[in-house]
Amino acid sequence: MSTKTNTENHIANECPYNGSLPEVEVKIKLTADKIEKIDAICRSFDNDPGELINVLHETQSEFGYLPAEVQDVIAQNLRIPVAQVYGVVSFYSFFTMTPKGEHPISICLGTACYVRGSEKILEEFKKELKIEVGETTPDGKFSINCLRCVGACGLAPVVMVGERVFGRVSPEGVKQIIAEYNN
Amino acid sequence: MHILVCDGTGCRSSQSGLISEMFRDELLRKGLKNEVQVIRTGCFGFCEKGPIVKILPDNTFYTQVRPEDTAEIIDEHIIKGRKVTRLLYLDPDTQEYVSDSKHMGFYKKQLRVALRNCGLIDPENIDEAIARDAYQALGKVLSEYTPEQTIDIIKRSGLRGRGGAGFPTGLKWEITGKNPADRKYVVCNADEGDPGAFMDRSILEGDPHSVLEAMAICGYCIGASNGLIYVRAEYPLAVKRLKVAIEQAHQYGLLGEHIFGTDFSFDIKLRYGAGAFVCGEETALIHSMEGKRGEPTNKPPFPSQSGYLGKPTNVNNVETFANVPVIILKGAEWFSSIGTEKSKGTKVFALAGKINNVGLIEVPMGTTLREIIFEIGGGIKNGKKFKAIQTGGPSGGCLTEKHLDTPIDYESLTAAGSMMGSGGMIVLDEDDCMVSVAKYYLGFIVEESCGKCAPCRIGNKRLYEILERITKGKAVPEDLDKLRNLCNVIRDTALCGLGQTSPNPVLSTLNNFIEEYEEHVFEKKCRSGQCHDLLYYVIDEEECTGCGACKRVCPVNAISGEKKQPHIIDQKICIKCGSCMEKCQFDAINLKNEYKSTTVSV
Repeated sequence: MSTKTNTENHIANECPYNGSLPEVEVKIKLTADKIEKIDAICRSFDNDPGELINVLHETQSEFGYLPAEVQDVIAQNLRIPVAQVYGVVSFYSFFTMTPKGEHPISICLGTACYVRGSEKILEEFKKELKIEVGETTPDGKFSINCLRCVGACGLAPVVMVGERVFGRVSPEGVKQIIAEYNN
Repeated sequence: MHILVCDGTGCRSSQSGLISEMFRDELLRKGLKNEVQVIRTGCFGFCEKGPIVKILPDNTFYTQVRPEDTAEIIDEHIIKGRKVTRLLYLDPDTQEYVSDSKHMGFYKKQLRVALRNCGLIDPENIDEAIARDAYQALGKVLSEYTPEQTIDIIKRSGLRGRGGAGFPTGLKWEITGKNPADRKYVVCNADEGDPGAFMDRSILEGDPHSVLEAMAICGYCIGASNGLIYVRAEYPLAVKRLKVAIEQAHQYGLLGEHIFGTDFSFDIKLRYGAGAFVCGEETALIHSMEGKRGEPTNKPPFPSQSGYLGKPTNVNNVETFANVPVIILKGAEWFSSIGTEKSKGTKVFALAGKINNVGLIEVPMGTTLREIIFEIGGGIKNGKKFKAIQTGGPSGGCLTEKHLDTPIDYESLTAAGSMMGSGGMIVLDEDDCMVSVAKYYLGFIVEESCGKCAPCRIGNKRLYEILERITKGKAVPEDLDKLRNLCNVIRDTALCGLGQTSPNPVLSTLNNFIEEYEEHVFEKKCRSGQCHDLLYYVIDEEECTGCGACKRVCPVNAISGEKKQPHIIDQKICIKCGSCMEKCQFDAINLKNEYKSTTVSV
């Protein structure tokens, strides 16, 4: 059904305002095999718009994030406006439009962790890595995110690096955690 | 013999996976592989002391087991029959080791109904669940009862929704059942978004079949053959175990076409959340399942009339479902004999915060907060003083010492200005600033508000700003009235449950801790020392050597003093940057929540 070869053309056709904007963001061109991958994911959900969230989950786990170009392709496949896809992507905190670091650091700010001092841990990470929440270090190694409760309240305050959970973290322990991944 | 190793989230995070591997390896090495079985179970609840290992049949309960302890447990306990005392639970009061969990303060007052199989069975093995009566209730319902009779049992049991609002479950089923439609849906709400709550997660991870079975029973009652579980994507382990459980139930013919050879067919599919707290609200949840933004809509129409894809939909919470099979097997009378007059059965709570025994507990309705905090919870951490307990998550409120002896049920918690909510309980001690706690919850609400209605989107933002002013010492007296008025307006006018309950943390702290608010506003003082802007950098005259390092580093020249003489900080000039404290080598500079005005230089 889909015969896309270049997403840029597609955007230019669909968004008449694109050309008149003073600065047009340079789009990342998706390679044909990437487009094919997205097509396959959409097909596996029968291109059903009701499965949009599942499609986005799968796509994000494939690409690591959901840039605008990817959303375009999904919108085309599911035959819905790209605004609707973007609306869903921006609504849910699980979806991200910027790539995360190689070691994504998530600091739990759930209540149990909060009352046991997780804000200080967050400050320490921001200070050590010199980035803000939602940002990635220039070398692409670390990114900081906050999440609310991973259900390991017995270990509060909790920090996750990738899938690994660090419990009972102290502000002094932050350096150690970073050092462990810096080697 | 059996070695049970807790595989819940808490224990898993402290290497329980490795522990069970090492047990298996060690047993293999000792040639005991066939005599002793290692089982990875769901959560035991006692997360504070994890990882937990339990040995059956003698019921020995080992706490805080490390991977290197596994060999000793096998050598001593399994082979020689001697308990490894140092790994047993040490009763903090008697200073004696307790080996059987039944005699531990944490478990004594608990009654496990919804959590009946958590910590007992391997959740990825349907045979173990069946050995503990799983799917028996479904068989009984399909062969002995009509849908009406089944609904009647649930109604008589007095079971109410465990997700927060407490709507009678039987009545909900009856209403959905009576709405005619060609297709209906049973939905399990497993979008446990309350920070600090992990009840549903533990049930799904420890005993998924209880939920699947109950959904099928519900489907039979309301005339639905499709079930959907809306589960958080943040719970990968729960998702995995649900998938395994659904597949195994299919293989055994307990889900799918013609269950138990009857005309009843039922299938369950999973839908994933994507990190939006508001999706716990049932209309928002349904929109999210349809692949849309999870924004709530006005009720009516209720989901029981027009829900998923416009069809009648029955939405229940995980814990509610987990209660259903036991009610069918043991009877409505048994269930309604537990609890208080209007709230029957038990409730699971996630106990966390400044408490000694953090964990998952299940107690009969009507248990007092004092019993929960001081007997089961083991009191406040580090011997501090109890200040408040926050129940019901961001929609709930803070209860204080005067509420400690109130028996807990839906009505009493609401009357006290909080709510049952899904069951998170966070204990706060004297070091917690109640204004900051209210601000914390508002921050959460501001982030999670979907933005559809103005009271929630704009009102909560304004509330947050007022609270921020208070904690920064910039509030004016009128702010307190504004705060209360705005809370009332939001409560009365917001669209959905999230918005209507969002001012609760503020209102309940205003009601119970007004003196703390007043201190912040009038005296610019935070008694617990949590609000940084209300603290002062003060030089300790005794410790100060007069080296002048602080004076040199101060960017605004707020520090004065002669060489070798104690220095002082002019609080009127100080911008609280903290450079001096960092520079001082003698720990002479401290943060205090008040300062003697006599020490301030003129």
